[in-house]
Amino acid sequence: MEKKQGDRTYMFANPPALIGAKSVVGPKEAAGPVGQYFDLKIDDPLFGERTAEKAERRFLIEATNATLEGANLAKDQIDFFLAGDLLNQIVSASFTARELRLPFLGLYGACSTMAEGGMLAGFLIDGGFAQNVLVGVSSHYQTAERQFRYPIELNIKHKLSAQYTVTGAGAFLYAKGGDGPYLKGVTVGKVVDYKIKDPSDMGAAMAPAAADTILQHFEDTGREPDYYDLIFTGDLGKVGMQLNRALLEQCGVRLGSNYQDGGVMIFGGDGAYGAGGSGCACSAVITAGYILRELAAGRLKRVLLVGTGALHSPLTWQQGESIPGIAHGIVLER
Amino acid sequence: MSYFVAFIVGGIICALGQLVLELTTWTPAQLLVSLTILGGILGGLGIYQPLVDFAGAGALIPVSGFGSAVATGAIVEAKRIGIIGLFTGPFEIVGLGVTAAVIFGFLMALVASPKE
Amino acid sequence: MSNLIPRDEEDQQRRATRYGQLVAQYRPRPPIGRNLALAFVVGGSICFIGQIFYNLFLELALSPREAAAPTLAVMILLGALATGLGIYDELAQIGGAGAAIPISGFSNTVTAAAMDYKREGFILGMGAKMFIIAGPVLVYGIITGFTIALIRVFLLGM
Repeated sequence: MEKKQGDRTYMFANPPALIGAKSVVGPKEAAGPVGQYFDLKIDDPLFGERTAEKAERRFLIEATNATLEGANLAKDQIDFFLAGDLLNQIVSASFTARELRLPFLGLYGACSTMAEGGMLAGFLIDGGFAQNVLVGVSSHYQTAERQFRYPIELNIKHKLSAQYTVTGAGAFLYAKGGDGPYLKGVTVGKVVDYKIKDPSDMGAAMAPAAADTILQHFEDTGREPDYYDLIFTGDLGKVGMQLNRALLEQCGVRLGSNYQDGGVMIFGGDGAYGAGGSGCACSAVITAGYILRELAAGRLKRVLLVGTGALHSPLTWQQGESIPGIAHGIVLER
Repeated sequence: MSYFVAFIVGGIICALGQLVLELTTWTPAQLLVSLTILGGILGGLGIYQPLVDFAGAGALIPVSGFGSAVATGAIVEAKRIGIIGLFTGPFEIVGLGVTAAVIFGFLMALVASPKE
Repeated sequence: MSNLIPRDEEDQQRRATRYGQLVAQYRPRPPIGRNLALAFVVGGSICFIGQIFYNLFLELALSPREAAAPTLAVMILLGALATGLGIYDELAQIGGAGAAIPISGFSNTVTAAAMDYKREGFILGMGAKMFIIAGPVLVYGIITGFTIALIRVFLLGM
């Protein structure tokens, strides 16, 4: 069977099954409108650790351990651990890999890492290189603020379009056989930069990449938006979501009410969080928590998950560069 | 009365600053540096002191007051002892500001940790 | 190739310009009037508090020039205290420039940085990065004062 469809989409001959996933979140996310869907809710954002960086690692370790336990798999049955986060040198992922002692491939896709990891898990399993692949991502409000923006207690008035990094982690177990929604196919993203320079406009920076991947997916597969019960972007936020819709409309694709965004869902449009949540964990916890439960219950049957990421660094921004975006699409079907 | 004037003048300076943030792409850091420089220029020209006489804390407390004090300190000392005064003059206010910020900041940081 | 990928540098610039207009359309409009009023009230209130101390020092028979220094010191202390208690950033979320412009804002940047970077150690963390936000104000304040005084005293002889 010809796996490649069109320009950038691949359909798997033997779709891997997503046999387990767990979401671990901090207090603010647990208190949000989808709080009841998360598996582990931690009251203390520092998870009892001395620094936020150590805390973020604990979130990721808890998520990965819980996922393995939940799927009743031992570590020596895992062929690959794919993980990433937002921090310099992806230390949360690497230090978690150190603890897990699994063959490790570190990824950086910013907030699109969950989708990137799922995609690569699909290639590895369908390509016959693995039986079980564990994917993990994490983010933390304090670690992201310190690295990308400002000290936590700094007097700064946040713009309305700014987003709030989600504190949490999500882990996913993809397997060659088994029950669970199936990873049917993927669409690979390209870096798209429409010259947005303001990190407070992250949604606007990422929307063109999301629109591009979604457009390419429909072109490659010949499908229409209504093929899916849910089209989900990871964290475009309120503003980015509207821009994504507008860009797609300009290209003749209309997204209906089956379009939702993780950044908007996780804090429910509460103004205290600006345009919504962001961070690797945003798409991950909503996918592991909410989307997978809905798939299991049969309320959702076909989902197009589009992880969206902003690929700048604090230095590029200071040097006056714009913010390039990327988006990867993965298809989950019952 | 002095309380009222301080409130109004201080409030106006801050409102003007907020207006700049709203209407331009300036970051808060750029605003503060500009305000400091402005205070320095006005202070150097002798225009800021009358505002301080009039509004007291309303002119002293905003960071333009700091800029003005640096300039006037440098001028006074330069007149008094010559070129070296340009370097020692700013010290009075800069020394006060930096020392106070370091001491109090350090003490607070010893006992407090950031909260979200 | 999808319609959204630019073909070349020129095409990208054209798309970016058009997209900029689209973004401006969807950008949430901040309540400018409200923000100005809040900045006014917050900034004015901080200066009001400063005036309380200024008057206090004047009453203690200090001259206006002599009363300025302790007033600033007290406001710097209050800024540090409010930062340590975690309330200065909330004040800024309300008052914006009203919290940033007073000298207590300067002190907040130093305290906030000190609190944050303490995790990387006292020397390389806190010690090295304490002035990471406040630095520019000091640097350009000193440059301006020095330059103005140089021009006025030595070039213009005033």
